[in-house]
Amino acid sequence: MITFDKENLEDEMGYVVENDVVLAALTKQLDEVSDQVKVQYRSRAVRYTWPLPYQTAESNPWVQVELASGQQLQTKLLIGADGPNSMVRKAAGMQTVQWNYEQSAVVAVLHLSEPTENNVAWQRFLPTGPIALLPLSDSASSLVWSTTHQHAKDLLALDDESFVDAINSAFWSNENHSELIDTAGAMFRSALSLLMPSGTSPRQLPPSISRIGPKSKAIFPLGLGHASEYIRHRVALIGDAAHRVHPLAGQGVNLGFGDVACLTRHLSQAAFDGRDLGATRHLLEYETERQRHNLPMMAAIDILKRLYSTKMAPFVLLRTLGLQATSAVPPLKVSCGCV
Amino acid sequence: MSAVEVRCFVMHRLGSGTTFRWVVRVFERHAPAVLSVQPLSCLRSGTLVQSIAKQQQQLHSRYLIASLTCKRHFWQGRANMCTTSHTTLDPDETKKFQSLAKRWWDEQGEFAALHSMNDLRVPFIRDNLLNRNGRRKPGSPLSGYKILDVGCGGGLLSEPLGRLGALVTGIDPLKDSIRTAEVHKSFDPVLNKQIHYSSCLLEDITEEAAETFDAVVASEVVEHVNDLETFINSCYEVLKPGASLFITTINKTNLSYSLAIVAAENILKIVPRGTHDWDKFINPVDLERILESKAHWNTEKSCPEDVLSGKSA
Repeated sequence: MITFDKENLEDEMGYVVENDVVLAALTKQLDEVSDQVKVQYRSRAVRYTWPLPYQTAESNPWVQVELASGQQLQTKLLIGADGPNSMVRKAAGMQTVQWNYEQSAVVAVLHLSEPTENNVAWQRFLPTGPIALLPLSDSASSLVWSTTHQHAKDLLALDDESFVDAINSAFWSNENHSELIDTAGAMFRSALSLLMPSGTSPRQLPPSISRIGPKSKAIFPLGLGHASEYIRHRVALIGDAAHRVHPLAGQGVNLGFGDVACLTRHLSQAAFDGRDLGATRHLLEYETERQRHNLPMMAAIDILKRLYSTKMAPFVLLRTLGLQATSAVPPLKVSCGCV
Repeated sequence: MSAVEVRCFVMHRLGSGTTFRWVVRVFERHAPAVLSVQPLSCLRSGTLVQSIAKQQQQLHSRYLIASLTCKRHFWQGRANMCTTSHTTLDPDETKKFQSLAKRWWDEQGEFAALHSMNDLRVPFIRDNLLNRNGRRKPGSPLSGYKILDVGCGGGLLSEPLGRLGALVTGIDPLKDSIRTAEVHKSFDPVLNKQIHYSSCLLEDITEEAAETFDAVVASEVVEHVNDLETFINSCYEVLKPGASLFITTINKTNLSYSLAIVAAENILKIVPRGTHDWDKFINPVDLERILESKAHWNTEKSCPEDVLSGKSA
């Protein structure tokens, strides 16, 4: 267990923001720049036509997009932000390294038994996968429970009361603990408290759940995906279209936001230098910068997922002691928290 | 009215005798800036020419003369600047570029070095123009400026300037190059309106285009012309009062011979053989002498680091 004490809690580690809130803010911003940005809702692209590498008098040097409505668009730069099953990525023929985790995630909005200072995110690694509670408000938290496909389907099928019971027992029961590991952990903890008296702290408790938000249950499959190229001439991928991760670290959308910030910066500079926005030079710089950031993160998340998926004693011992050590060593804790 | 005088003229030669980088400093009391001679010893972004130049950073073989602001006064001296009958066009030079007319826009082709030079030329022209005037429309920093790109070739420099909002006129004696340039810009409706190409010589338009441009850019051109003095005169005639002339060219030194001719043309083949004639190169001192002999250019200074770091001249 990693705990964060009062002094750690003074600076926020992060924020949990509901997707609807983010969407509302974005829509508001888009309305303010409606003379420069036109959003076509309820539209779907059905075909992309890519330009030739060299411009000739007859060929169209821009990317052409055909919509389901029959409308034709053309653009100097096509940005693919269409999620893990990106059609832009597939149409451009960009290779993807991907595998499935044989897991699905169940999400829901949960209401706590009693209002509390709900500013702590909880995650417990069960043999089937991690269950996480992310605080939304003093009386509500968001659930992300990654588990096997079958178990996820079963959970979805449960009625509300049984679902709440399942969640509570997932956080509280100790039936999967082995005596050996528990003893080893306890010994390590006492050793640590001798060496570093401030390194361990009183146990905090996860909140207990009383009911689910109506119609808030949903399920989606999990996997890892990474496009080997983020860009081509006049094409760039951002967000889940370029990379897809396990939700256990809560980093999926953050990687996407990072992509957006980076691409914006490169495009602004290119525009100020009078360059053609679809030119490969600055797009390559964006790709390099983001791949250098995203790949280590994705590797770390995948390793964590595998580490916590096993029941083999040596790995369980490793992760138990490793977690306690991380909790006891402040710089390590802070750097994990800053990630 | 008398011609504007040049005030303090200070030239520093930095470093040891083998260092060619230097800075020309002129303090001008009157209106804004003037001749800034900038040794350009490094190019940015991914080509071989750039990496060579970077290694030789202490030694420059290329320099920029920028922001020549002409003060236009009507004085007797102007009589010296009557249009001459002979042209600045060298037929041998046209032959060199004729065969390459279609290759302008191949970024990995014969003109790759020019493409990468845009990283330096465009910010340089943009920043110096903006700092002169300060008017700036967001999204279109050079809007309202009329720029003449002499020897525009395939339009490599005209297009970025057009994208920044300037009204660009590109002229080049070679019809094929102009045709390539026209085709390349034709597809973008915005660029198509901003840029106008014409296959002609500078001398041909000095009458009708007298005093019309806010800036004249002669980039990588003066090393290919026959008569530099006439060329400069013509540039002068088409510039508005208080406008700017930007010249980029290769210095005339032993180093430039070894880098630009021997290394770039013969050994590494970065540019096609015979592109440059070392005898036609001009060093900054001589170019300045030509400019100053007209006595209506004022001079200013900057250095390559300022260009790269974005500081103004």
